[in-house]
Amino acid sequence: MAEAAGRAETEGAARRTLRSVSSAPAPFLIGEAMTGGYGAMDILHGCTIAVDPGQIAVIVGPNGAGKSTAMKAVFGMLRLRQGAVRLMGEDITALSPQARVAKGMAFVPQTQNIFTTMTVEENLEMGAFLRRDDIRPTLDQVYHLFPVLAAKRRQAAGELSGGQRQQVAVGRALMTEPQVLMLDEPTAGVSPIVMDELFDRIIEVARTGISILMVEQNARQALGIADRGYVLVQGANRYSGTGAELLADPEVRRTFLGG
Amino acid sequence: MDALNALVAFLNFVFIPAVAYGAQLAIGALGVTLVYGILRFSNFAHGDTMAFGTVVTIMVTWWLQAHGIGLGPLPTALLALPVGIAATIVLLLATDRAVYRFYRKQKASPSILVIVSLGVMFIMNGIVRFLIGVEEQNFADGERFVISAGDFRVWTGLAEGLAIRTTQAITLVTAGITVALLFWFLNRTRTGKSMRAFADNEDLALLSGINPERVVAITWIITAALATIAGVLYGLDKSFKAFTYFQLLLPIFAAAIVGGLGSPLGAIAGGFVIAFSEVMVTYAWKKVLGYLMPESLAPEGLVQLLSTDYKIAVSFAILIIVLLFMPTGLFKGKST
Repeated sequence: MAEAAGRAETEGAARRTLRSVSSAPAPFLIGEAMTGGYGAMDILHGCTIAVDPGQIAVIVGPNGAGKSTAMKAVFGMLRLRQGAVRLMGEDITALSPQARVAKGMAFVPQTQNIFTTMTVEENLEMGAFLRRDDIRPTLDQVYHLFPVLAAKRRQAAGELSGGQRQQVAVGRALMTEPQVLMLDEPTAGVSPIVMDELFDRIIEVARTGISILMVEQNARQALGIADRGYVLVQGANRYSGTGAELLADPEVRRTFLGG
Repeated sequence: MDALNALVAFLNFVFIPAVAYGAQLAIGALGVTLVYGILRFSNFAHGDTMAFGTVVTIMVTWWLQAHGIGLGPLPTALLALPVGIAATIVLLLATDRAVYRFYRKQKASPSILVIVSLGVMFIMNGIVRFLIGVEEQNFADGERFVISAGDFRVWTGLAEGLAIRTTQAITLVTAGITVALLFWFLNRTRTGKSMRAFADNEDLALLSGINPERVVAITWIITAALATIAGVLYGLDKSFKAFTYFQLLLPIFAAAIVGGLGSPLGAIAGGFVIAFSEVMVTYAWKKVLGYLMPESLAPEGLVQLLSTDYKIAVSFAILIIVLLFMPTGLFKGKST
């Protein structure tokens, strides 16, 4: 039963994908019809996630829908049995996460996303570890984006508040000068005010031309800033569209946004 | 005058030996704590790594002495030390390639790696005995004292003498330079920072593009240097004996754990805590107390809390107390 349902969903996702491919140019980054999981059991069933330059794509869905797994799959932290990940048309499915960092992708994990025993500035320096050029300008940009970090640059990152730690985590990822920034629940465990603040910063980052792919628990607020939204259920795409479309869709509102 | 004599006796018999011994333990413990922080296991082979480095240094010292090359008042072993370090680096990198890398690939748990290091320890133990035998070796040459007890008495007119041996002075100077270099490396250089990042959060270090194999190799290189320096300083100050070096493992681990495993600053503090406890508990206080107390109260016995044969029990006791009441150590290292 469940298997049959899964297959049906897979086919549905594949159809939707086909439509989007035929109607628009290939997206900047796409995880296409991804199927796979950590062990023998698949968590993703033909899930497709895409984002274009300067856009914010948000993945939402109920607990256990495979949101974080989908993101990890795009970043190569999980072996895909089917499907492919393409960056600027190049198939990067076989690349390790580290190799994808070198390709211009940056990932901010949900937890343990900073070096707690190191200073804020050292955290940012480590983000730029692969770079051999002068990192000063990028460092200044990050401090400009998150002024509070500039004030605490010599302080151990582990001593900062939850919201500030998230800023360090995002800042560290930005130090590689990525083209795609992937955020796994950046607002988990921070207050609503800090969340709004973080979202504002994320919009600012996107305006510089960086693509943002983000998993969020706070679906309503996240879809509010999303150019593209994906609602996942049981590892497959259930609804997708622009953030505004999804927020306006009565079906989505009823089932996922609580009316 | 009596109080001064008591102070001089204390400095001569307790403070100076304990500082020198503490510095030796501290450098040994730095190696242990570095391996623990980055490779995430307790390296039981560290004592025998120290022995190996010392043995190579001793052999090169003999060769230099046979050719009449020396450092004048300083021990020839200082000239041989770089060769000892180089040989130990080769040994540790080869061991990592042949043994540890296999288990790293398997993502073996720390407890398995501890047992693996126990095996490595036995092999190194064998190599050391094969090279130099089980006998005690004295390889300190050059000037014996910076200040001798007799000179001190003449200068000050005190009844007690204060001696500072060359090896003690060398221990402190070398330890100071070594620790300064290590901290500069860890806190100021890109590679050093990447090692701290790797020790702090391995997954995030990988996401930042830090190459784990390079971090591991550099860790072994630094560990080899630290182990050899600690071993040679200890051997110069006392003597070299394969079994003694194996036994040094306990105070060294005690020092690293007391300070907090994974914390370099803790390893140094731990080294001095262990050394001072050991020396103070096993020192016969009769002489010092004799100066300080009125004649009628002067102690009759030696006022020695423990015979020196039991000095290892001191590290054990401190270890147990720390693990019971302060498992992360003085400097909040990782819990064992």
